[in-house]
Formats: sequence, structure tokens, C-alpha cells
Amino acid sequence: MQKQSLQITKYAILFMAFATILFAVAIASAQGPTPTDDEVNQIAKKLYCPVCENVPLDVCPTEACRQWRDQIREMLIEGKTEEEIIDYFAVTYGERAAGDPRNKLEAYLIPVVLIILGTLLLLSALRMWRKPLAAEPTSQKDGAKPVQQDEYIARLEEELKKRK
Amino acid sequence: MTETTPPRRGVPLWVQIIIWLFLAGLLATVALGLSRRQQGTVQPGQVIDNFNLTLYSGYELDGKNEIDLADLRGKVVVINFWASWCKPCEQEATELQQVWTEYEPTGDVVFLGVDYVDTETDARVYLKKFGITFANGPDLATRISQYFRIKGVPETYFIDREGVLRYVQVGPFVNADQIRAQIEPLLK
Repeated sequence: MQKQSLQITKYAILFMAFATILFAVAIASAQGPTPTDDEVNQIAKKLYCPVCENVPLDVCPTEACRQWRDQIREMLIEGKTEEEIIDYFAVTYGERAAGDPRNKLEAYLIPVVLIILGTLLLLSALRMWRKPLAAEPTSQKDGAKPVQQDEYIARLEEELKKRK
Repeated sequence: MTETTPPRRGVPLWVQIIIWLFLAGLLATVALGLSRRQQGTVQPGQVIDNFNLTLYSGYELDGKNEIDLADLRGKVVVINFWASWCKPCEQEATELQQVWTEYEPTGDVVFLGVDYVDTETDARVYLKKFGITFANGPDLATRISQYFRIKGVPETYFIDREGVLRYVQVGPFVNADQIRAQIEPLLK
């Protein structure tokens, strides 16, 4: 009787050990492998902590940045993608946390459009500026200016004759 | 002597206006940016605009997990900016909690912890370590700290019942009396 109960206990312990191992394996496989430092830094170098301005997260030595890198590691374990992680940081800590602007269309298109518009405006202004100056010699032929100049030359010649 | 007419300039007036407006706008933007950088934190006497703070679960205020500053009119509000990675913040954490427990039963004073550039996991460890129970939440997208133009953490802002900023503490408090000394006049 005692021998039988001992055997049952032995089986129970074996079963418990087996169940624990199975459970641990299930948790580990659900979480995925632990990301390496290189994998974490691959994302970290695209982020900037507001506390240490202009220092990328992968090389920032502060405690705040270390915590952020740990957060990236946790999110990678959870199976988040690089894009999702960067979006999370931009939403939680502000746009400046992300090195690249989130709204790329707005960030890159607007300056290009403004530069093109400015160039066009400048070119049209230059063209308008140059036109009247180029037209001046032809208009002088029958305008009032040559008459004025002739009068001036005539008076000048007259004064010179008087001096002689 | 007859007057000679100056050569005609061809730039139309509307182009000149646009160019001058653009230059004026550019200068104004640069000037505004520079003056904002030199301004320092918001100054006492200024009415603080409304802002919204989402609170960490377990650190709600009257059961609400989201609060508007405007809803706290009529109460003295103490806003403390902190972070779990900030060592000087640890110097005042116990004192802040101590003073909060003294004023909490009166219902006249509200303490708000604004967690600056922090991760929730580390923030929770910090809050637990110092036994903090007053309302706390993350400064999402650093909007609140940008509004207050904080220079670092810790910084504490005392707002009176009318919503006017009365005192700014830059750096940690040395003792609990220092905190009480700022709250008491605002309760009268």
C-alpha cells in the first residue's frame, strides 16, 4: 500500500516537471528569441531622445536612453516591427524622437514645391525687369529723349564755338 | 538744364510686396524662435492654459484616468515634472508624497505628476519605490513640458484656485516645509 502511494507520488512529480517544461517552452516560443544588441541598435540609431539633443539613441550614454533601448528590446520580443516601434516612440515622445519625419509627403514635398514656385516667381520677375531696358534703345528713336539730347548737344556746340 | 528721366524699373509692385512679405515673415519666425529660447519657463502671474493628462492605471484622480486642468479650477494644483532616470527627482519624491498625504483629505489641493520622457515600466518601478500615490501620467509627445518650457527635471509649478501660476521651483525641494510654504498662501 505504502509502496503504491510512493509510486503515485513519483509519477505526480514527474508529470509536474514535464508540465512545467512544456509551459516554459510554450512561453518562450510565444515571446520569440531575445533580440541582439545589434538588432536593438539598428532601430535605436533612427531615434533621438529629447533629453540629449542630436545624439542618436544607439550611442547615447544616459540612463534615459538606456531605458529607451530596453523598451525597444521588449517591443521586439513582443513581435513589433521597426515601423511600429518608431511610430510608438514618435507618438509617445513627440515627432522629434524620430529622426526621419513621420509625414514624409508633407516634409519633403512642401519645400520642393515652395522652391519651384519661388524660382518661377524670381524668373518671371527678372524677365519683366529686363524687358523695358531692352526696349529702351528702339523707343529712343521716336521718343522725347533724343530730342532733348539733340538740344543739349546743339547748346554744347554753341557754347564751345563762343569760347573759340 | 533739362531733367533726364531715370531708367524705368520693371519689377511689378505685387512681386515686390511678395518678396518683402516673405523676408518679413522669415525674420519674424527667426526672432520668435530666438525669443522663445531665451524666455525660460512660464512665468508666475500667467494664466495656465488648459491641458489634458492621461494617467497611469492605479494613479487616477477621483477614478478618472484622464484629466483636464480646467476641471481643477477652484483647487490649488501642484504640477511636478519628473522622470525615473532623474536622480535629483529622487531627492524630493518622499517629501512630495508626504505633503500630498497631508493635503489629500482637505480636497483643496491636487498633486499631478507629469512623467517626462520615460518608459512606463521604469516609471512604475519608481512610483512604487517611493510609495507615490498621487495622480501621475506620461507627458505624451512632451506637449505639457513644451508648453511650460521646462529646462529639465525636476521642476514644480504651483497654480492657484483661479488657474494662475504663482511659483516655479526649478530643481528638487530640500524638505517638505519648502513645499508647504508654497501651498499655504494659495489656500487663504
